[in-house]
Amino acid sequence: MACIEAHGVRKTFGTTVALDGVDLSVEEGHILGLIGPNGAGKTTALNAILGLIPYQGQLRVVGRDPWNERDQLMRDVCFIADVAVLPRWIRVSQVLEYVAGVHPRFDRSKAESFLRKTTIKHNTKVRELSKGMVTQLHLALVMAIDAKLLVLDEPTLGLDILYRKQFYDSLLNDYFDRSRTILVTTHQVEEVQHVLTDLVFIDRGRIVLGCSMEEFESRYAEVTVRPEHLAAARALKPIYESQLMGRSILLFDRVDRQQLVPLGDVRTPSIADVFVAVIGNQAGQAEGAAE
Amino acid sequence: MNSQSNAMPESALKSQAIAPAVISSTRPLYWALRRELWENRFVYIAPLAVGAVFLIGYLISLAHLPAQMRRLLNADPEQYREAILTPYNIAAAFMMGTYILVTLFYCAEALHSERRDRSILFWKSLPVSDLITVLAKATIPFIVLPLLTFAITLVLQFIVLLLSSAVLLASGLSVASLWTRLPVVEMSLLMLYHIVTAHALWPAPIYCWLMLVSGWARRAAFLWAALPLVAIAGVEKIAFHTQYFATLVGYRLIGGSAPMGYAPTDIFPTDPMTHIMPGNFLGSPSLWIGLAIAAAFLAAAVRLRRYQGPI
Repeated sequence: MACIEAHGVRKTFGTTVALDGVDLSVEEGHILGLIGPNGAGKTTALNAILGLIPYQGQLRVVGRDPWNERDQLMRDVCFIADVAVLPRWIRVSQVLEYVAGVHPRFDRSKAESFLRKTTIKHNTKVRELSKGMVTQLHLALVMAIDAKLLVLDEPTLGLDILYRKQFYDSLLNDYFDRSRTILVTTHQVEEVQHVLTDLVFIDRGRIVLGCSMEEFESRYAEVTVRPEHLAAARALKPIYESQLMGRSILLFDRVDRQQLVPLGDVRTPSIADVFVAVIGNQAGQAEGAAE
Repeated sequence: MNSQSNAMPESALKSQAIAPAVISSTRPLYWALRRELWENRFVYIAPLAVGAVFLIGYLISLAHLPAQMRRLLNADPEQYREAILTPYNIAAAFMMGTYILVTLFYCAEALHSERRDRSILFWKSLPVSDLITVLAKATIPFIVLPLLTFAITLVLQFIVLLLSSAVLLASGLSVASLWTRLPVVEMSLLMLYHIVTAHALWPAPIYCWLMLVSGWARRAAFLWAALPLVAIAGVEKIAFHTQYFATLVGYRLIGGSAPMGYAPTDIFPTDPMTHIMPGNFLGSPSLWIGLAIAAAFLAAAVRLRRYQGPI
């Protein structure tokens, strides 16, 4: 059974179209990165998946209708929306008690053992914790919940690099197993690249690219082209071209690597490079269409 | 402490094997209520503080208690009763005033603060329905505060009784007449009855209206709750030269409370609501209309919370 199954999901706010017919299928055991520019509809998509907003179209999350069954859905789904959502007045001990009280799948001892590895004290209030510690606390709560789907919306926003690295390490080592699914949105694309199993680019409410990371790696190639081969390389129709210290870097989509190797150094591009190429081209096309 | 090292996939498998603890439907309600009391500590601190202030005032008044009682020895029984009941009535009046204030303040914040501090996203990430959350919040004005007000008032009145007896004994006066003429049990029962009827059930539509607006307003919930009332009353006054609406709202809010009465049957107001006759109170259509309106406001608040996110 797919963990998330969306067909033609639409959401409009007044005249603004936030989601314009999204089709998405996420299988169990995958880590999906939802990448898009500001205002692309990432958060709207997550909110629809979490049952926080109504929408048009069909959407099933772990077999449930999120909008009408939010409270039951939350037994199987966890989310960290961004670091600021834990109530500032609550004490660490209170939040542990509360989650243990209301969540049937919460293992308090697991949360406590995770907290013991941090400097967070039980008696502290959330407002007294640093931003990084609040995220650690939230992560400790979420990791102790035996959920099927974990949704992360910019989970590491505003954290320093140590906390960010620790966050994803904990997630991969202590939490993720093949029966769980993680959906993450972030602008810090480079940090999640090695974490993801699947990738979706979203722009202006539409999914513009959806593939597994394996597919991504075989499909896209970035070549630092030697000047003498530039014309030959351009003939292969790169999807993007950029200049770096006098060298031309060309990005190819679905071009046989055997053809590329003679032209220069071939690498797998970063998600960020492909993102700029794909979203940038989309923007260019849209402008062209508007003219 | 080997749990640290085994926070690994195998322990995840183990915990999956254990059937998830079954959570009954009342447990989320209980925890949602605990949350309200953690978040809004003023709900119990304010009444306790007012009670303490009352006691300080009463301690000062004890200085002239013996002289007053000597004067009253020759007064007629009615006057005597009035005089000895006064501190008990003041205690009750203080506590009920606090109840109304705390309730109005709480209800105007009830569904607002979680949106303001964005924590609504956290609360909604847990398996607690909007219905349970709103019901837990409604428990504060309708169950927690009435019981707390009753309990604190009872304790205050008991302390007043003990202190006055001690002072009278110490100054060589008899406490027999004090104890025999004080209708302790009737007084307490009447007080509980009065709190529940006049201050919880009767003004219910006002409390629930405030809660509803607190879930809707982006800021200044109290203002948005009050403005329509003022507007309706104003239009009515200008258009029809009447003030039924204003009277209705005012009557709802303070439960038609008359100023403190002096005879025992009068300690708690009896006016058109006929407090002393539960049959009349429970049989009055306006009570049930009010409760129906209150329920409708609460239902709307539940529905509204479903759509609301952080502001």
